Amino acid sequence: MDAITRYLSLHVQNLAGALGRLARQPFGSLMTIAVIAIALALPAGLRVMVNNVRVLSGSWEAAVDFTVYLEMSVDEERARALARGIEERSDVSRAVLVNRADALADFRAYSGFGEALDALEENPLPNALVVRPAGGTRSDVEALASDLDAMEETALVQLDTEWVERLRSMLELARRVVDIATVLLGAAVIIVIGNTIRLEINNRRDEIEVVKLVGGSDGYVRRPFLYLGLCYGLGGGLVAAVTIVAGLGLISSPARSLAELYDSGYRLVGLSAGQTGLLLGAGAILGWAGAVIATARHLRDIEPT
Amino acid sequence: MIRFENVGKRYPAGKEALSGVSFRLEKGEMAFLTGPSGAGKSTLLKLVALIERPTRGTVLVGNRNTSRIARRHIPYFRRRIGIVFQDHKLLNDRTVFDNVALPLLIASLRRRELERRVRAALDQVGLLEYEKTSPASLSTGEQQRVGIARAVASRPDLVIADEPTGNLDPELSLDIMRLFERFNEVGVTLLIATHDLELIEKLEHRRLRLEQGKVVEEPHWDTT
Repeated sequence: MDAITRYLSLHVQNLAGALGRLARQPFGSLMTIAVIAIALALPAGLRVMVNNVRVLSGSWEAAVDFTVYLEMSVDEERARALARGIEERSDVSRAVLVNRADALADFRAYSGFGEALDALEENPLPNALVVRPAGGTRSDVEALASDLDAMEETALVQLDTEWVERLRSMLELARRVVDIATVLLGAAVIIVIGNTIRLEINNRRDEIEVVKLVGGSDGYVRRPFLYLGLCYGLGGGLVAAVTIVAGLGLISSPARSLAELYDSGYRLVGLSAGQTGLLLGAGAILGWAGAVIATARHLRDIEPT
Repeated sequence: MIRFENVGKRYPAGKEALSGVSFRLEKGEMAFLTGPSGAGKSTLLKLVALIERPTRGTVLVGNRNTSRIARRHIPYFRRRIGIVFQDHKLLNDRTVFDNVALPLLIASLRRRELERRVRAALDQVGLLEYEKTSPASLSTGEQQRVGIARAVASRPDLVIADEPTGNLDPELSLDIMRLFERFNEVGVTLLIATHDLELIEKLEHRRLRLEQGKVVEEPHWDTT
């Protein structure tokens, strides 16, 4: 019991010593912590962004519009009646007729093939309906699609999911890039802390020598530096978390107005408690690791002469 | 307490500091190690504290063959030896108290016991009232006494001192030596390197003289 108490008090002393050391050179300590915080906040912030886009694209998936191209034989009158009928359905939020004349005008205006169209004798476009599902699950949406496809006036049902798929693969790519950035910046944190600890070891050469002369073991000599690394890493993680929360706070209001423009109830997803813990933990572990490497390399060299 | 058997030490640079040193220092003895500067006094003490390793021969300290002590066990070995340096090697960013407490802190002594021993050591060297000041604000002689307090705070059986009076005037030097004698009276074994022959002339202790890398016993101590 006594041994445990003494062991714990030794660690508490070391932790207090490390904090004291940071406090004694506030400017230098803050600079180091800021660098670590940036290196941690970048990948963590990017992750939050990717996460947000994913949540957003997930909410879009159910709200994808169908375009129902009707047979050329279906006239505008009939198409309008069809649209009304479809709109009655409970799984449809709205159905809008795009008549062939309007469609041609749009196509002429936006496609850049205006002159080519002039060469055609008649309008090649059919009347079409743009149907927006009321939501529901993917299978509800697919059932609606097959119902629409089954109508005899339907020539083709096109589900506009392709861009969602594209977005999703882009997201996957972005996630990979963020993974790589995370590894690189994690390594940067280790290097920054390792180098800071190396300088600290150099500054305290005399002290290390004296401690070794009066019987300080390698573990005893190393421990304050490990705690210093831990404090740097933890401090960096803390500042990074605060930075991300503040950054999200800054963009949350414009994001909300944007979402409102699209009639979406979408809200930014922030850092969860678990993710915050992960960020702090990652900082602490990287700091400790940097200090372990630095002390392993440099403490042995300092021997009393 | 200390036994050297035909010990030689050659530094990598090629300089031979010791060549065939043999002597014994019994438990409870106090001896001076003399000789011109460069004769290898410091080297001999470094071999005792395992700061250096001999290139040949055997060094026994407290009946332990030091060549069998692995690097990682050296700290525990040093905790049982008090070492006094010419330049004190005190840490000026800590108080006198914390300097003396350092070996006890390392040995993870309980706080109350630690305070008791630090104060006892400071009392013995007559510096109890300076415990809260920085060593840098003390005189050289006082700093040396703080260094001695640190060396004896953990109550070692053996104290080695390398030119402990090197920077002191004769009167202060004698004070320091009298202090060592008091520790010797309570059973501490001491080996003190010094080139101050005039000083040790006033003291009745065994002398080991280093000459050209060898120890020559001076008979002074047993011919009174």
